[in-house]
Amino acid sequence: MSDSETEREEAVFREAHQAALEALADVAPEPGVAKPDPILSATGVRRAFGGLVAVDVEHLEVQRGTITALIGPNGAGKTTLFNLLTGFDRPSRGTWEFDGRSAKRLRSYQMAQAGMVRTFQLTKALTRMTVLDNMLIAAPDQLGERLWAGLIHGMWRGQEVGNRAKALRLLERFNLADKCHDYAGELSGGQRKLLEMARALMLEPKMVMLDEPMAGVNPALKQSLLEHIKELREEGMTVLFVEHDMDMIHEIADWVVVMAAGQVITEGTPDQISSDPRVIDAYLGAHHDGAAH
Amino acid sequence: MDWHFVFSQALTQAIGPTMLIYAIAAIGLNVQFGYTGLLNFGQAAFAAMGAYGLALTVVAAGLPFWWGIAVGLLAAVAMALLLGIPTLRLRADYLAIVTIAAAEIVRRLARSTVWSEHTGGSDGIRGFSEPFFAMSPYSDDANWSFAFVSMENGRLTVDLGIVDFQYSDRDLWIMTVGWALIAVFLVVLGLLVHSPWGRVLKGIREDEEAVRSLGKNVFAYKMQALVIGGLIGATAGFVFALSRANVQPDTFSTDFTFYFYVVLILGGAARLFGPVLGAALFWFLYNLLSQTLNQAIRAELIPAGALSSIQVGPLVFFLLGLGMVLLLIYRPQGILGNRRELMLDVR
Ligand SMILES: Nc1ncnc2c1ncn2[C@@H]1O[C@H](COP(=O)(O)OP(=O)(O)OP(=O)(O)O)[C@@H](O)[C@H]1O
Ligand SMILES: [Mg+2]
Repeated sequence: MSDSETEREEAVFREAHQAALEALADVAPEPGVAKPDPILSATGVRRAFGGLVAVDVEHLEVQRGTITALIGPNGAGKTTLFNLLTGFDRPSRGTWEFDGRSAKRLRSYQMAQAGMVRTFQLTKALTRMTVLDNMLIAAPDQLGERLWAGLIHGMWRGQEVGNRAKALRLLERFNLADKCHDYAGELSGGQRKLLEMARALMLEPKMVMLDEPMAGVNPALKQSLLEHIKELREEGMTVLFVEHDMDMIHEIADWVVVMAAGQVITEGTPDQISSDPRVIDAYLGAHHDGAAH
Repeated sequence: MDWHFVFSQALTQAIGPTMLIYAIAAIGLNVQFGYTGLLNFGQAAFAAMGAYGLALTVVAAGLPFWWGIAVGLLAAVAMALLLGIPTLRLRADYLAIVTIAAAEIVRRLARSTVWSEHTGGSDGIRGFSEPFFAMSPYSDDANWSFAFVSMENGRLTVDLGIVDFQYSDRDLWIMTVGWALIAVFLVVLGLLVHSPWGRVLKGIREDEEAVRSLGKNVFAYKMQALVIGGLIGATAGFVFALSRANVQPDTFSTDFTFYFYVVLILGGAARLFGPVLGAALFWFLYNLLSQTLNQAIRAELIPAGALSSIQVGPLVFFLLGLGMVLLLIYRPQGILGNRRELMLDVR
């Protein structure tokens, strides 16, 4: 791809992002509000652990091509909601659509194949494999992953070379290229977060779900992670991420969804959210004697 | 002390028929446990599927030898599916529990009196190995010699001076077939583990949730590993049954599986040659220790009251167990394992 082509493509994405922002500008800051072009739309999703209702979301839509932040106090059900939407957990009831397709019955690996790829709150690096192998394993549609084809190296070597080039490009972007032959278990916690994100991008997903991508990452690295997440939007991906730091959210999020006690209590742009009394209530507990009452 | 005899015995056994059974079964375990992280504690039962599949087909059903091989392999696949379908979606320890129980069930069914008319109960089955030895190119009346190799009434002697190797014509045929099987398995596995398929298996061993999140059908891969390892285990069962010319239920106890693990861990799990090296070393050490102790008792180097020849067997296993403990402390990755890889787990 030539530089001018890349630039043109980026301009297209910036325009798309601008359009998405404009679309969101007309959306009312109410929980469960409909979006003009949702990539993800969930209805009545409920998950109970014994007596504890961890998630009970009436309706939630995520606008395509935006960065949406999911916030809420500890134990609000954010991770559980991620697990449900990505097929890692089964809901007690509820339905959801991803990219126009009912996704309720899909298993976790099928969700990933359909284009929704997640990362984990507790990073899952494949420790006794090299950084490069961590990347290569994620490449989609590999012929050599079939048992019979694995035997015949000539059949997949070409594809492997292509995947390797793609992996190295991504590692370069995430400043991990010089670590590519190290074991993933030798990386620091922050580097593992970077690796996990780079690895998710090997699948060329439509939507990435990042569970606290910046937890435990030093401020300098945080800044570069933020840039990486913005780049994803520029490439046309939709990002839903969990984060606790409001400054970070102000910097990159187009839209914020607030959860508390399993429910979506409010949604809106970062500015609308930071002035919403319900959010303060949720974080400080409903019975505080704040000015909101 | 006859050191020539001690070392000759130990080396003869280090590459002999018995060692082959353990090497092959451990290669199967290496696919399951070494590369994929599946805790199969029922490898003895997979071997029993092979051994009994062959023996029952040939003796009880009166069908040809190759039918017996096919039945043994099919039985191993059926068992892998039966054990894998309910457990492979669950946490790793469920497979361990189910396989250990299944192995015990298989052994008890084989020795039960209900079908003893066919299975021979605890006495087992014999009389199925003749078609196999009929295929042997080695005859028991061959006589020739060439340099340090000689054949006397079918008994091969390779005399290297400081040690010699001796095998009967039946041993030779078992070894030819056994080593050929090992060569084929290692070539095929070598190709597989260095392919994207093998990479997915290693990923599952590290963290199956992560591999799932990358769009891989983890269940299907685990099932493939369980079936392939089980088929190799059944092959070990064939070699076992044929080399002894009989099958007996009590030889397929859980101890059998644990020795496969010992062999695998000794050589180095997730190393292509680990199982073969482990089996060779295990049987070398076992014979070296037993023969040395027996010789020492005979030469009255050990006072008669301290150790009798019947106590040698248990003592050798005690010493091997002790050696295993020391190995796990000082070289837990096994002989061929990679220390750097192992250090990562400590963090
Ligand atoms: N496997 C489980 N079994 C029982 N209860 C669970 C389980 N997983 C989560 N929970 C409960 O569900 C609730 C929501 O948990 P979840 O992990 O989704 O919170 P979270 O919003 O991600 O919190 P944090 O910000 O701390 O990560 C908590 O009360 C938790 O105790
Ligand atoms: Mg969480």
